[in-house]
Amino acid sequence: MCCLTDSGKITTDVDTLRSEIRDKSVRVIDVRREVDYKQDHISTAVNLPLANLLSDDSPERVLKLVNSMGIDDETPVVVYDDTFGALASRVAWTLEYLGHSDVTLLETTYSHWKSLGLENDSALPEVQTREHSMKLHPEILATSDYLESAKTRDDVILIDNRERLNFLEQHIPGAISLPYRTLASNDKILRSKEDMKRLLDNRGITGDSEIITYCGSVGTLSGLAYYALKSAGLPNAKLYVRSFKEWKNLEKPTEKQEDANYWDLSAE
Amino acid sequence: MTISDLKQTVPDSVKPKINWSRIEEADDFAKTVKLFRQGKYDEDSFRRYRLQHGAYGTRMTSDYAMVRIKLPAGEIYPDQIEKISQLSEQYSIGSAHFSTRENIQLHWVILEDVSEIFRGLSEVGLTSREACGNSVRNVMCSPLSGVCPAEEFDSTPYALATARFFLRNPMAQNLPRKFKFNFTCCEKHGMVRMVDVGLIPQIREIDGLSQRGFKIFLGGGLGNRSFVGHQLEDFTPEEDLLYTSIAVMRIFDRLGDRKNLARNRMRYLVNDMGWDKFQNLVFKERAVVRATQSVITQLEVDKTPNVIKRPIQISNENGGETIPDGYARWLKTNTVKQTQEDYRSVFLTLEAGDITASQLHGLSDIIRNFSSEGMARSGFEQNLALRYVHEDDLPRLYSKLIEIGLAKSGALTMTAPIGCSGTTSCNLALTNSHRLAKEIQRKFLELKLDEDDDLSDASIKISGCPNSCAQHGIATLGFFGGGGRVGKDMYANYQMSIGGRSDGDTMLGQTLLRIPAKRIIPVILKVIEIFKANKKSDDTLKSWIHRVVNGNEDSEIKSLADIKKILEPLVIPPTIEEDPDFYLDYGSDTSYHTKTGKGECAA
Ligand code: HEM
Ligand code: SF4
Repeated sequence: MCCLTDSGKITTDVDTLRSEIRDKSVRVIDVRREVDYKQDHISTAVNLPLANLLSDDSPERVLKLVNSMGIDDETPVVVYDDTFGALASRVAWTLEYLGHSDVTLLETTYSHWKSLGLENDSALPEVQTREHSMKLHPEILATSDYLESAKTRDDVILIDNRERLNFLEQHIPGAISLPYRTLASNDKILRSKEDMKRLLDNRGITGDSEIITYCGSVGTLSGLAYYALKSAGLPNAKLYVRSFKEWKNLEKPTEKQEDANYWDLSAE
Repeated sequence: MTISDLKQTVPDSVKPKINWSRIEEADDFAKTVKLFRQGKYDEDSFRRYRLQHGAYGTRMTSDYAMVRIKLPAGEIYPDQIEKISQLSEQYSIGSAHFSTRENIQLHWVILEDVSEIFRGLSEVGLTSREACGNSVRNVMCSPLSGVCPAEEFDSTPYALATARFFLRNPMAQNLPRKFKFNFTCCEKHGMVRMVDVGLIPQIREIDGLSQRGFKIFLGGGLGNRSFVGHQLEDFTPEEDLLYTSIAVMRIFDRLGDRKNLARNRMRYLVNDMGWDKFQNLVFKERAVVRATQSVITQLEVDKTPNVIKRPIQISNENGGETIPDGYARWLKTNTVKQTQEDYRSVFLTLEAGDITASQLHGLSDIIRNFSSEGMARSGFEQNLALRYVHEDDLPRLYSKLIEIGLAKSGALTMTAPIGCSGTTSCNLALTNSHRLAKEIQRKFLELKLDEDDDLSDASIKISGCPNSCAQHGIATLGFFGGGGRVGKDMYANYQMSIGGRSDGDTMLGQTLLRIPAKRIIPVILKVIEIFKANKKSDDTLKSWIHRVVNGNEDSEIKSLADIKKILEPLVIPPTIEEDPDFYLDYGSDTSYHTKTGKGECAA
């Protein structure tokens, strides 16, 4: 069974990251846009804008990126963003898929880090290229074909992490709605373990079921959900990384809430 | 970069005085939902339980609920608004809805998440307990109580004390039907004759001493059949407020119809029995209540005045402030002067009561920065008021409201129609009344009708079926939805009524004619045109219609029949080939058909 880190840790708290940065024992990845990164970032962080990763996320390319960021199999990695953890999750998941076991998410966003007055600067760190191995983890990935066959099993739970109105309008048949906003608490990208467990337990998302998450397009919101599940001690999760966008392009069946004009209740 | 650059200074939040919540109810609800899903709780008892805790069913599905959060006396504090913003994004559709009875509703909530909402609400002292079901519903109070120039005293503390006394009170858990209290400030601003118990504060001089009390109205209400409430007695002193309330509820509990769900509001009991008899019973019962309360029961009325403190203003960086366009229009149509010198109450224009999570978030800071009482009050018109805003701060407030898209004008005019939820979520709905209200507002603001003084005291209210949740019966122009038909093709159609009002001359609107949904805007504009052609110089639309309805008009228009004659050509349906759009309801791109599920109004 694959686990995010050997210790089962999903997020890294602010104090721990600060001391790891001081010890130079960590590689921090900032996944925001390059202009934002250049302005300022957590001290020592390297920049991997999500768009850059997504332009080609084949394992071969990812391996090159990882090497160029000075990450080998043993390097602890912490990823952060300013988008409530969703972009960071997608990057973390990609590393995990490649076979990197020690990757965690910063427990909070960059804005919050900054608002606490913590270390940030605009310096570009010097990075020595390293050699990472490639041991893919297909068990954390769901493709559309896999999803289609898995859906027929009744021990599989499919979770849609888009906003409620989008879900009502259209979703993959059989999915349940868990909007990504539900996963966070005030300043943290994820709720506490106990809170998360209670929420999922109320929804019947428990035990050993295989759980597949998806969202609108590239697996960011659902990436966060993937980690939320793990943080609640549900290890058997997969990310449908190409998500609803692909599903629709492939013209696979969808379902909607009929006979109600819910959009007109929205104040947007 | 220093810390002070990062943190904007916002004044501290004023904290609520009363905690209405009980955290245990969240756990209990979660447990009960599980048992229900496992089939260990039967459908009917579960529904009763769910409603008692403030969760309604939703249109055409048992997976979702609507959570109705009570705002007793309409009070809402900044931290509470912020929490509701968060809850709406987490568990609802990213918007919340201000209702006509000072509740906030979250729609399309997954039943299994309702308990999480309760948990969130309990962090800020709010509850949805007894917001639905056969209980004492949210106790309302005029949003102007305490600041209204015409009021004799502020009834807010009495409304809060009444809410507190009956919430979770065993005596109010299983009434024949829902039971509503409305407190107001003065004759003009309340809706005291259209509710089970309506109260207007009064001061009376007795032997040179001034004595507080109320004018109490009983047995009014709107619905499939509507009744105007009766005044109980000249003056009810404040010590008798609770005894009278208990007495009325005991009579209703004992004699109210528990079988016939369509006729079990207290107004039917009053009507069947006759007012004189009912009135006598109340006096007798009140004497019994007074004599048999072992300990003297009194409401705990907290009369300590709220602290009024103008938030410190951080002066604008560039000094000379420019006043944004539209300010004068907004000032005129959205604000009222208070009794308190230099202060105004500012009403926010929402679209049929809807507000987004991010607007709520922005609003909480605006309240902290601009309201000298540090909270807001929800109103009767699916809206919200910020009170105690200093005159000098109004232009800056207006700019801030523009930033979050809440600076639309017209809140206190006819251009802010009420629309119930209709087919957006209600099981009984026949039409999309909610969207229609928004369409009318958008069109009328575009035409700048909010600036027309002749129209400002008129109202438009639209219900999606005859049940009157939008209170169309007391609107100057009221509408309720139904279906119309040409051959086999159906279209959304509304029954229009005219001349309703809820002030000192309360009366129900008179039925005029049926108007297809897509003809309502032209019909209203036509009514305005007829009025303009025939009005006397100081008439408003409301006063003119009042004369017509009462047969006192001497222009060309002598009666409703004359108005009807002019409108009739506008409502003739085209064929579906001529105008396919006519056959689609607002907000829908598929052909119109009526479809309803099981209603829960009676539960
Ligand atoms: C036969 C069924 C129903 C009847 C007779 C009924 C009647 C009413 C009336 C008369 C009001 C006016 C408010 C007042 O009393 O001051 C009201 C309010 C309201 N009703 Fe209904 N209703 C029914 C069912 C429903 C249903 C199924 C829903 C949707 C779930 C609903 C939603 C509302 C809302 C949103 C309000 C606004 C006021 C509030 O906050 O309480 N009603 N209802
Ligand atoms: S008036 Fe009818 S459609 Fe509107 S909320 Fe009430 S029951 Fe529903």
